Amino acid sequence: MNLETLVFYLFGAITLLAGLRVITARNPVHAAMFLVLAFCSSAGIWLLLEAEFLAVTLILVYVGAVMVLFLFVVMMLDINLDQLREGFWRWFPFGAALALIMVAEMVWVLGSRTTADTVGAVQHAANYSNTKELGRLLYTDYVYPFELAAVLLLVAMVAAIALTLRRRIGVKSQDIAKQVQVKKADRLRIITDESERKTDAQSGS
Amino acid sequence: MMTELLQTLQNLLGPAWVPVWTAVKIVAIVVPIMLSVAYLTLAERWVIGWVQVRIGPNRVGPLGLLQPLADGVKLLLKEIVIPTGANKFLFVLAPVLTLLPALVAWAVIPFSPEIVLANVDAGLLFILAVTSVGVYGIILAGWASNSKYAFLGALRSAAQIVSYEIAMGFALVTVLMAAGSLNLGDIVKGQQGAGALSWYWIPLFPMFIVYFLSGVAETNRAPFDMAEGESEIVAGFHVEYSGMAFALFFLAEYANMILIAFLTALMFLGGWLSPVPFLPDSFLWLLAKAGFFLFVFLWFRATFPRYRYDQLMRLGWKVFIPVSLIWVVVVGLWMQTPLWLW
Amino acid sequence: MGKIQSFFKTYLLIELVKGLALTGRYMFARKITVQFPEEKTPQSFRFRGLHAQRRYANGEERCIACKLCEAVCPSLAINIEVAQREDGTRRTTRYDIDLVKCIYCGFCEESCPVDAIVETRNFEYHGESRSDLFYTKSMLLAVGDRCEEQIARDRAADAKYR
Repeated sequence: MNLETLVFYLFGAITLLAGLRVITARNPVHAAMFLVLAFCSSAGIWLLLEAEFLAVTLILVYVGAVMVLFLFVVMMLDINLDQLREGFWRWFPFGAALALIMVAEMVWVLGSRTTADTVGAVQHAANYSNTKELGRLLYTDYVYPFELAAVLLLVAMVAAIALTLRRRIGVKSQDIAKQVQVKKADRLRIITDESERKTDAQSGS
Repeated sequence: MMTELLQTLQNLLGPAWVPVWTAVKIVAIVVPIMLSVAYLTLAERWVIGWVQVRIGPNRVGPLGLLQPLADGVKLLLKEIVIPTGANKFLFVLAPVLTLLPALVAWAVIPFSPEIVLANVDAGLLFILAVTSVGVYGIILAGWASNSKYAFLGALRSAAQIVSYEIAMGFALVTVLMAAGSLNLGDIVKGQQGAGALSWYWIPLFPMFIVYFLSGVAETNRAPFDMAEGESEIVAGFHVEYSGMAFALFFLAEYANMILIAFLTALMFLGGWLSPVPFLPDSFLWLLAKAGFFLFVFLWFRATFPRYRYDQLMRLGWKVFIPVSLIWVVVVGLWMQTPLWLW
Repeated sequence: MGKIQSFFKTYLLIELVKGLALTGRYMFARKITVQFPEEKTPQSFRFRGLHAQRRYANGEERCIACKLCEAVCPSLAINIEVAQREDGTRRTTRYDIDLVKCIYCGFCEESCPVDAIVETRNFEYHGESRSDLFYTKSMLLAVGDRCEEQIARDRAADAKYR
């Protein structure tokens, strides 16, 4: 067993354990943190496969942004764990069946992989840039699927905003752009008070 | 002489040579960073003092130069209080999680054409990814403290960092468009030519500003220091921290400041390249440029009052992101014309 | 016109640069810091610092235990006990000032008919515990003996304004 295999098994074990803890941890924040750990160790596995770009993107997008927002929500929710666990046994057969199907699919895929010629990662020259190669593929051969995915995401985003946007009446909101544009002349008016001038004149005489 | 010495050491250690040599290199980078962090705190107090017509610390040692040491000793000797109801493990882990990314990012920073710890192709992405992990320390610190002020600070900081990361990322996209590489060393090499005029700050000027300001926001520095907000949420996410745990947050903040200063210098101001053709390129140029940006960090803090939170979010989403998106397109079009000289 | 102008004003960060220029100018201004133990700011002869009990030139203590200062003290920092001395004069057996309570308003000084209790210019006294800042009669008299010259000079300077 060489070092690379050892590291792979290490990362694999961490990923699996963390994944397991995600669904068994009682505290939702702990579960989210284990998910972060799982992402990090899978990024490590991708690095072993010389997919630096994907690994870094996984960290950047999922760990750096998605999970942060996730944690954000999880922390603010007041989750009642007992209520969540109530339906566990009722849904168990359904979940188990799903899991079995997934296992079968993976066995099928991996089994066909071993019968095929391509076993293991392809070795590349030292100056091979995974990032460049990915970019070349994405913007040439797969440009339509890529654009489609982008449009799909945009539609999803617009839909999410449209679904949650409520126009409420009587909401007091501030227009920051207007506030920022305010000048001294808009707010301040220096006046000389009539009565004050009178008292000044009296005291003077 | 030096190479001979290294060769004998290499033979002596055998297979243990690689990890040992790497560790030596890491120490050679981390120790100066820690020292600069220490003296940055002193510089900050000096600069703010000068702006406020004071003279700043001058008591501990000559000119107050031992002040950071005194501060360090003080923080080391203080008790670390863990609040009741706090999640102990995460409470202790949070400061470490904040400091770690701040130091890890230095692995890909080139100090000169040859001196870089890890010459990674996707260096820029690596830095973006690693610095984006730093927010976990802050969120966890806020949550694990079991304090509402800390929690509010953590939420603010998380939202702020995630928002400004996007503008920052777009600013970096323009840089890598101009340089055609994600490798920081190559980005600097791409700026070689007619001195200061061939650096990217001219064609990417709006991005230069957006990047630096987003960097100020990323590091939670004034005027974007809502996460701390002494006057409203006491001290934000590190309200409950004391002693060395508190110091770690500060180390991370200042290490991040130095990182942003170096990155701005590398990507927009030509790193170690000399601004005028008749002077040689040198590491000292990089230091001078980064030093200037650090000074600007402190200058900002001494000048600007804190943003209101909704204004901060507006600035990030409604100003910086549109501006950077437009400039990505502008640069893309510009590069197709013969007017692109960089 | 106004819109375009404000657009450029905003995006060229003109106001921010103005602010930076202002603080930048002050960075090089002459510093006004007073380096405390070596340098001190000028003091008024009416300065109200540490309390003292005065004596007459013949060494007799001035205080006649009228208790006016105790009555006027807004923070109840003064505590006096009285007895007749062998020579028949009315004297304090106890005169304590709790400096932790004291707000240095100077009312005791104003109310005193014989200028016995006064506040000196000393503001640098300290104590390592609260009890160190509980001044008894002997301590106050000692302060008075130590600074009598200064106290007399300050009273003389202030006299023409009264």
